[in-house]
Amino acid sequence: MDSPEELESVYLVAGRDFINAGRISTAIMDVLKRLGTNPEVVRRVAIASYEAEMNVVMYALRGKISLRVNPRMVTIEVEDEGPGIEDIDLAMKEGYSTATPEMQEMGFGAGMGLPNIMKHADKFEIVSEVSKGTRLFISVNQSA
Amino acid sequence: MPTPVKQETLSLAEIRDLLGAEVFYGEDLSVKVGEVGAADLMSDVLNLGKPGMLLLTGLASAQMIRTAAVAGLCGVVLVRGKRPDKSVLALARERKIPILGAPLTMFETAGLIYMALAGR
Repeated sequence: MDSPEELESVYLVAGRDFINAGRISTAIMDVLKRLGTNPEVVRRVAIASYEAEMNVVMYALRGKISLRVNPRMVTIEVEDEGPGIEDIDLAMKEGYSTATPEMQEMGFGAGMGLPNIMKHADKFEIVSEVSKGTRLFISVNQSA
Repeated sequence: MPTPVKQETLSLAEIRDLLGAEVFYGEDLSVKVGEVGAADLMSDVLNLGKPGMLLLTGLASAQMIRTAAVAGLCGVVLVRGKRPDKSVLALARERKIPILGAPLTMFETAGLIYMALAGR
C-alpha cells in the first residue's frame, strides 16, 4: 500500500448478473478492512454499497461504483444506465418495490434497498432520469 | 418434556447438536451465538442483522453468503434440508462464514434455538 489513507477505485457492475451480485461490495469491504478503517464504518459502507449494487443488478443495464477514501470520510458513488426511477419519494418508502416475483424468490427486492442505504449513510443523495439512469451519492464519516 | 435450561449463548457446535444439523463448512464451531435472526430477504438481513448474529434462512445462494459477510454475521443455518452447491460452499470458505444445514423447517429450527436460549 502506497498511501494507507487515500484511495480511489472504480468498479463495473453488470446488470442482471445475479450470480455475482454483491461481489463488488464485498471487495470494497476487504479494501476498507485492509486500510484499517473502523469496523462500524466498514459495515455501514458495505451495507449501503451492497444495496446499491443489487439495485443496479436488478434494474439497470450496467453501472459503475466509485469508491473514495480519505481521512475524513468514505464515499461511494453509483451511476447506472437503466430505466431510472419515476417517483423517488415512492421508491424511498419502506416496502415499496418493483421487483418481480423471480427476484424476490432469490432474496432480492424487499423494498428496503434505498431506505437501508439512507439509514447507513451520513449523507445520501439520489438523482434519476427516466429512461437514462440513476446516480447515488453515499458518504460515511470516518469518525462517529 | 425436559425443562430447557436458560443459556445466554450457545456455541455453533451446540446449535449443530440441538438441530441435528450437518456442517457444510465451519472451521471453528466454538463461536458463541447470542442473537439469532430468520429471514429470506437479503435487505431484511442487512437492515435487522447485527454483527455476530446467526442467520436462519431458506436461501442457499451466493448472495446470502455475501449478505452474511457484509452484515458481519457469525454463520448461516440453511433450513428444510437445503444444501449449498459447490460455488456457494467455495464462497463461504473464502468469506469464512460457517454454514450448517438443518433438516427442520424455519419455524421448528427457530423454536428449538429460542427455547435453548430463552429457557422456556
